[in-house]
Amino acid sequence: MKTVKSSFKFHGGVHPEYHKDLARDKAIEAIPLPGTLVISMSQHLGAPAKCIVKPGDKVVKGQLIGEKGGFISANVHASACGTVKSIELKQGAAGGYANAVVLETEASDETAYMPPLDWKTATKEELLKRVEDAGICGMGGAGFPSSVKLNPPPDKHCEYLILNGAECEPYLTADFRMMLERADRVRTGVEIMRKVLNGPAVRIAVEANKPEAIAALEKAFADIEGNVEIVVLPVLYPQGSEKHQIYATVKRIVPEGGLPIEVGCVVENIGTVAAIADAVTLGKPLIERVTTVTGDGVNDPKNVLAPCGTRYEDMVAFAGGAKEDVRKVLSGGPMMGFNVADMSISTTKTTSGLTLLTEKSVFQYSSHPCINCGTCLRACPMSLNPAAISCAVESDDIAFAEKYGVMNCIECGACSFSCPAYRDVTQNCRRAKAAIRTRIAREKAATAAAAEKRS
Amino acid sequence: MKLILSSSPHAHAKNSVSSMMRDVIIALLPAAGCSVWFFGMRAVWLIAVCIAASVVTEAVCRIAMKRENSIGDFSAVLTGLLLALNLPPDLPLWMAVTGSVFAIAVAKQVFGGLGYNPFNPALSARAFMLISFTGAMTTWSNPAGYESVTGATSVDAVTCATPLMFIKKGDVSQLTSLKSFLLGNIGGCIGETCAIALLIGAAYLIIRKVITWHIPVSFLATMFVFALFKGGVPPILHVLSGGAILGACFMATDYVTSPITAKGKIVFGIGCGLLTMCIRSGGGYPEGVSFAILIMNAVTPLINRYTQPKPFGRK
Amino acid sequence: MSAVLIAIGVVAGVGAVAALALAIADKYLAVQEDPRIGLITAALPGANCGGCGFPGCDGYARALVAGTAANGACSAADDKCVAEIAKILGVAATATEKRVAIVHCCGTRSNAIRVGDYNGIADCAAAAAVAGGDKGCRFGCLGYGACANVCPKHAISIVDGLAKVDKRLCIGCGKCVNVCPRRVIELVPAKATVHVLCNNPLRGPDVRKVCQVGCMGCHLCEKNSGGKEAGHFTFDGFLAKVNYENYPTDGALVGKCPAKCIVEDAHFESGH
Repeated sequence: MKTVKSSFKFHGGVHPEYHKDLARDKAIEAIPLPGTLVISMSQHLGAPAKCIVKPGDKVVKGQLIGEKGGFISANVHASACGTVKSIELKQGAAGGYANAVVLETEASDETAYMPPLDWKTATKEELLKRVEDAGICGMGGAGFPSSVKLNPPPDKHCEYLILNGAECEPYLTADFRMMLERADRVRTGVEIMRKVLNGPAVRIAVEANKPEAIAALEKAFADIEGNVEIVVLPVLYPQGSEKHQIYATVKRIVPEGGLPIEVGCVVENIGTVAAIADAVTLGKPLIERVTTVTGDGVNDPKNVLAPCGTRYEDMVAFAGGAKEDVRKVLSGGPMMGFNVADMSISTTKTTSGLTLLTEKSVFQYSSHPCINCGTCLRACPMSLNPAAISCAVESDDIAFAEKYGVMNCIECGACSFSCPAYRDVTQNCRRAKAAIRTRIAREKAATAAAAEKRS
Repeated sequence: MKLILSSSPHAHAKNSVSSMMRDVIIALLPAAGCSVWFFGMRAVWLIAVCIAASVVTEAVCRIAMKRENSIGDFSAVLTGLLLALNLPPDLPLWMAVTGSVFAIAVAKQVFGGLGYNPFNPALSARAFMLISFTGAMTTWSNPAGYESVTGATSVDAVTCATPLMFIKKGDVSQLTSLKSFLLGNIGGCIGETCAIALLIGAAYLIIRKVITWHIPVSFLATMFVFALFKGGVPPILHVLSGGAILGACFMATDYVTSPITAKGKIVFGIGCGLLTMCIRSGGGYPEGVSFAILIMNAVTPLINRYTQPKPFGRK
Repeated sequence: MSAVLIAIGVVAGVGAVAALALAIADKYLAVQEDPRIGLITAALPGANCGGCGFPGCDGYARALVAGTAANGACSAADDKCVAEIAKILGVAATATEKRVAIVHCCGTRSNAIRVGDYNGIADCAAAAAVAGGDKGCRFGCLGYGACANVCPKHAISIVDGLAKVDKRLCIGCGKCVNVCPRRVIELVPAKATVHVLCNNPLRGPDVRKVCQVGCMGCHLCEKNSGGKEAGHFTFDGFLAKVNYENYPTDGALVGKCPAKCIVEDAHFESGH
């Protein structure tokens, strides 16, 4: 085990103000069980889970309430004991609607966890099955199901397991606290994942602005065997992006439109690794997570351990309540977070933070014409031409945007962040991507319909 | 209080169009100061008149076009200042006003304002004036003949030739020392003579990341190499004389009219350098920087098209 | 003198050769086109809106001649125009009914709650993607004018945060219907005069929370128009919809809607 400095710098990136001091010194605190939980069936990337409870059912903490609805999907479990009040279509933070179980909770110590496993004696298949059963998905933001990640196709071999502890998003400190307080869980998780992936080398990527976390990890991993390194990354947004982290740690470039496994890498978020450890050693499914409730709009910023399905209003109330002049509520941080208008939206497995901003820290703007300065080109970590793409989208030329590689856009926001003309570059890229996805889906449906007609 | 809804990102760097324009203006201050030092009140008047005429024209155009006022972005101030620095000291002020109005109204606002103009407004105006007022635009005086700002007068203004005229004639012996080239104690447009002041400004812009090194370096290097192969005049004098440095660092790097990618900027700079030297050695005018940049402005969309960056991960 | 003559000769010669080449090209490279295509293109309204599904009026005319399009697919063509095209094609004309677009929402800025101030691209789909849109009602018109931007006849204006269609200008091409992210615009018979201007199928109390003029599904309109058997209205959840196959004509219905979302002739006359 050694600690090394990353010497590979990807193109672009920006330096937003971090504001991590608001919550970085606050130890993880568990929220008292809220009276109502709204547990969404779509907390992960892919098909929503199929709800298997009905109104009136009694459920126990850890009980399966949603079965995975496809290959890329994840199980959903009850985050607390209680009675199912109703099953409703609820809006998520990203704006989409999904079925959600509204649970009236009751205080009870009863749990319906799976039997604990000893990872040293359990087989690979058992461990993988456990990760799948526990409904574990990437907790960094996208929510890609971990069981799919940990089970690469037979022709692909995982050479590097990369732990994403960069947490480059401003304000958020949930992963930082995890590394600091639960480094031992992270270590157990790493050892389990290493076994499942046939012993790849391990790289733990942490940004240089978290020396305490690096020290905690060094202590926890001191006596680990095998090829394990802590890679200290320079402070640069978006260092936490999967593709860029792979480049910064092992200097491999994920091909356009490809997955990390194509270059022999699996990247998993720190929180997810700890959740895998809990699922195996305690049999506990993924039903709670650490969420940073922060921003200058909350009275007492905190790192909150809350059951999945806690409504935002309950989260904010636990963090001392919101200030009078809150003008913006974000699910996530300011660079990639979703703006929400409804405090009854509930947390999911991927809610890494809630950021409340007051008038003085909300950035309001009106856009000017593009002056062709190229700042966005220099900021874009994907080496795109955001200026040209954005102008093309504004004149409805989606084909041009596609030709210029808009589908590679990771929506990190570096372009809009740095644009001196305050243009909605990221939003335009997002529009183009949505239009292209719709078109592809329509073409697929048309080919499928044509094929059906022929047969 | 009502929430504000917007798409991510919800944070912004501390930069804006006006801050960038302000930086360019700051970078031009040393050169403007030198122009006042050498050409006295004439320079002060030219600069003041050009800036005032540009700003007023900008405001009037925006009102006539029923668009929001844009003088706050300082681009009109910058255009006026750049144009003034590109004028000979003895130019009648009404000509300077005509040029400023042309720069803003015809070269910029007709196309829709900042961001839409295909040609650099200040250079368009200079080309327009060079054709309209050829005599006045090519009469140069020796800096020594000007009343200084403090009022202490010396001899009457003496018409002199610029170094480029000697270069054109191949009369190298008339050229003054390298030191006067660097300091600017030579004939020429009011802002282009002092190389040191211009280079200080350019360094400031590069450090502040307002411009990148690509265009100035490729522009001047191309000129140097061209002159080296052509022989005759020492190449360094080519680079230091006329509007080469002012053009390469402040005019060719105008965002709106130059390519957006690093590769494109280098192509653009090389093109400017080649055209400048071609005009200087073979054209009718002794100086070719303005025309070279204007021609390359026209090619910018094409350069952009062929120098697109390759997305991260694309083979 | 001879130089002048040579110049004249050279230029005249080049001109003659070029003229000959053009004449030959015209003779041998000419494309024979069905003359009916030109006639039909001339007869069509010429809006080039693309509402028929073909690339412009010319494309539609070609498809008509080729027999791949039905006469009547052009929503902008009136009965006279359809009859004329039928005459050119030598077939019998079928009667069509003019349809126009209508916006099923009357939640103006003062009537409907906005949950926040949207700061971003002024486009309906872009605004709808941010926290589900700034309008409290998730079904109503956002008023950022995506429909007005695609309308080939400039028949749509945004008034008080709401899209309004000018019936006189609308040619019923349906472009606005497709571009609206809220699917709040519908093509209806131009002769229909009574409309329900609401698109929110939720329960009354939920609608009331976000809009003062939303349909609550009280069925009063149905009762007043002769009951369920008369079939003038259909219901989608708690939303009344005019059955445009059998639309009501009784203007008296209008004043009786407690939510005030049933209006007579919702169309608006723009300044165009």
